Formats: sequence, C-alpha cells, structure tokens
Amino acid sequence: MIQVKNLHKAFNNQEVLKGIDYTFERGKTNLIIGQSGSGKSVFLKCMLGLFKADKGTIEYDGKPYSTFSDEEQRELRTEMGMLFQGGALFDSMTVEENVMFPLKMFTKQKKSDMLSRVHEVLERVNLEGNGNKMPSEISGGMQKRVAIARAIVNKPKYLFCDEPNSGLDPQTATVIDNLIQDLTHENDITTVLITHDMNSVLEIGERIAFLKDGKLAWKGTKEEIFQTEDETVTDFVYSSNLFQKVREAQLKGL
Amino acid sequence: MTYLHSIGEYFLMLKGVFGRMTKASVLRNLIFKEINELIMGSLGIVAFLSFFIGAVVAIQTALNLNNPLIPKSLVAYAARQSVILEFAPTFISIIMAGKVGSFITSSIGSMRVTEQIDALEVMGINSKNYLIFPKITAMLTYPFVIAISMFLGIAGAYCAAVFGGFVTSDQFLTGLQDDFNGFHLTYAFIKTFLFAFILATVPAYHGYYMKGGALEVGEASTTSFVWTSVVLIVTNYAVTQLLLS
Repeated sequence: MIQVKNLHKAFNNQEVLKGIDYTFERGKTNLIIGQSGSGKSVFLKCMLGLFKADKGTIEYDGKPYSTFSDEEQRELRTEMGMLFQGGALFDSMTVEENVMFPLKMFTKQKKSDMLSRVHEVLERVNLEGNGNKMPSEISGGMQKRVAIARAIVNKPKYLFCDEPNSGLDPQTATVIDNLIQDLTHENDITTVLITHDMNSVLEIGERIAFLKDGKLAWKGTKEEIFQTEDETVTDFVYSSNLFQKVREAQLKGL
Repeated sequence: MTYLHSIGEYFLMLKGVFGRMTKASVLRNLIFKEINELIMGSLGIVAFLSFFIGAVVAIQTALNLNNPLIPKSLVAYAARQSVILEFAPTFISIIMAGKVGSFITSSIGSMRVTEQIDALEVMGINSKNYLIFPKITAMLTYPFVIAISMFLGIAGAYCAAVFGGFVTSDQFLTGLQDDFNGFHLTYAFIKTFLFAFILATVPAYHGYYMKGGALEVGEASTTSFVWTSVVLIVTNYAVTQLLLS
C-alpha cells in the first residue's frame, strides 16, 4: 500500500501538484487519469523518488519515504518495478539480458537460477523463445511485455506503469492491460498505472484517481465513474466515444 | 551564468560518478566492453591518420630544407618532435573527440531520451557510476593508443622521407636519435592521461544532462565535440606552460 499525504511539487514557482491525498491499495490496479499537464507523470515520478516532493509525505506500507536511510531507499527501489511509456529496454542487451538485469544487479543467485527465473517470467508474458532477440528486432507490444517481465522478475511489491498502452493497437493494449491486472492479483502487488486510455479504465480500473490542475478532482472505481455527475470528470471521461456509448447504453437500461 | 552552472553541474556529475559503486562483476564486464568500443574500435583510424600525418610532416620539412648548411637528418628530428609533442597526443585527441566523444554523447543521450537512465535510477542503480565510470576506466588505456600513434607517425615519416628519396635511412635514424629528451615523452603521456579523462567525461556530461528528443541528441553530439575540443586545447596550453616553459 502506498499512502500519499498532502503532496506538493513545484517547478520554477509553478505549482504542479497542489496537495494530493490518496491511498493506492495493495493487490489492486490503481489508475491515475487526467488531461495532459494535470500532473500525473510528476506525481508518479515523486512516488518513484525521481523527483523530491516539496511538501507532504509518501508512505510505503506505513513508513514515510523521507525517513528512509540511503540503504533503505536502495532496498525499497529493488522492491519497485517500473514500466516506462516507451519500454525503456536497454538496447545494447538482448531480451534475456534485459530481463535478467535486475537479478544480476541485486541478487547473488547463480546464473542458472537467474536464467530459470528469466525463462519463467518470459513464459508468463508469452515471450518464450524470444530471449536471444534484440529489442529492435521485436514489435512495440512485445517490447512492452519484455519491460513488464523485467519489472516483475525481482518479485516487486510495487509496480508503476506510465501509459503502458501508448502506441499500441487496441487488441495488444487489452493484452497488456489484462496482463498487468493478472500479475497484480497473482502477486498481490500495489500497482499504480497512469493512462489516457479509456479502454484501460473500463478493463482494469479497480481504483481510479482523477487529477485536474495538480489536484485530486475525483476518486472511485470503474463502476462509480459511470454514475458520477461531477462535471470535471464527465467532461473528461465522455470525451471518449466509447464511454459516450457505454453511458447511452446504461441510460437506456441495456 | 549558464557556463558557471554547467561547470558546477559537471563537477557534481563527477562526484556522482565516483559515488556509490556498481557491483564489481557487472562493472568489470562494462569496462571490457568500453575498452573494446572506445579504444580497440579507434585503433584503425588512429593508425591510418598517424602514419600519413608523420609522412606529410617529413615531406613538408624536407621540401623546406633548402639551405645546404642544415643537415638532412633534421627531417627525422622535426618529425619526431612534432609527432611526440603535438601530433600524436593533441591532434589524435581532437580526432578522438569527434569519434569517441560523439559516440559517448549520443549513446548516453539516447539512453536519456528513451528513459533508460530513469529506468536505472528507479532500480536503485547509480546511473552516473554505471554509465560513466567504465568509460573513464577504459580511457586509462588511451595512452597505449597514443604510443601506437607515435610509433606509426614516425614510421610514416621514415617511409616518406627514405622511400621518397629525401634522406637516406642512416640520416633519418641519426636525426631520430639526435638531441632526444626523454622528458618530452613524459610530458606527452601526462597530457595524454588528462586528455583521456576529458575525452570520457566532457562528452558524457553533454549526453547525461541533455533534454529533448532525437534531434537534440544530434545537437548534443555537436556541442560536445566543440566543448571537448575547447577543453583539450586549453588544457594542452596549460600543461605545456606548466611542464615545458
């Protein structure tokens, strides 16, 4: 579980996050949605420790990040998995080496044990037999799945995903969404996922936080997002044709 | 102010490079990989340039020796001095700023653009140490490249001068040993070590702190070449002033 309390962050006197309070629950896919520039990525980077918050606290399983020693911070990072928007695979390494990288850096396992774990996670993301390929030799969807495999290989407690579906066709996007949700449930991970994709909200939005102008404007579940009359949310959500149709169907009682 | 900020940022980067170290076994492999890419990969162009620069120096000197009172062996003397003192350490380093420097900037810059550096940081890896320390260590072998360059430069001068019919082999070998000062080699290698450090760190700085996309990677490589050359030339002047004057 990750608890965020009164989080503030500014760049050059421009406040990007204006006092966010939110709890990301364990074993659930926690989605952050909002318009471009609403502060989603900054919020995520604060949780990852890539940006230092100006004010407020972020607690990992009840312990504030600011009280972590350097060693504890390093340990915490080994418990985090991150899926970047572009995958962020190391392009000089093969798929297998990419996935093995966190194990090589942070564990003292024998190479055979590492390889067996790598093959296990590659099989889990349906990429068995692709270990020797370079990232440039596989498709965008496969790259995302390799990035997921790398993020989960060290059995993280927290999984962060920054727009995992961007640039993917709807079918592949659904595969990635479902994979993230399944892994979250199977491994009881606290998953935080930023998305613009309303399909993802429909598919895996177990808990949703809507950010507007650096503030938490709404929170709820995918079922609740259809019921809300909050204009700030409906304006954003029903800009999607898909959601409009779902809404119309609901109103017609279909 | 921007320059001061950049200088401060450069030194902070260096502090980070020598901060928390990456796992030794991983680092060892990275160093060997960098030696292969930065040093071994440059040997061909260095050898080619050195041989022909030495040859041109010899021909130019020979063609300008019209006075019969000046011994022909001066061709070898001039070639030796220019190759050891400047052409091998400085000229080759400028070439390396273009080849190795651009490679370092663009490879680190591409990693920045594609969030690979963020990925390292999120994993709890000191990205400065992981990316830049192996390059600095690999560049410690750079003096070997310069030693090869010196040898081939003089060999080129010998071939051009002797086979071109400007001097005899004996005259060349006499001139080569004439008034030899061992400290000139020490001076050349001291500045080579400094140049190696500059060649690894200045381009790394431009790559590590770049912002933007693919276009900016190209711009960063160009800026990196310009600044690496500037720093090399200024350092060359300072070291020469300190050690030779």
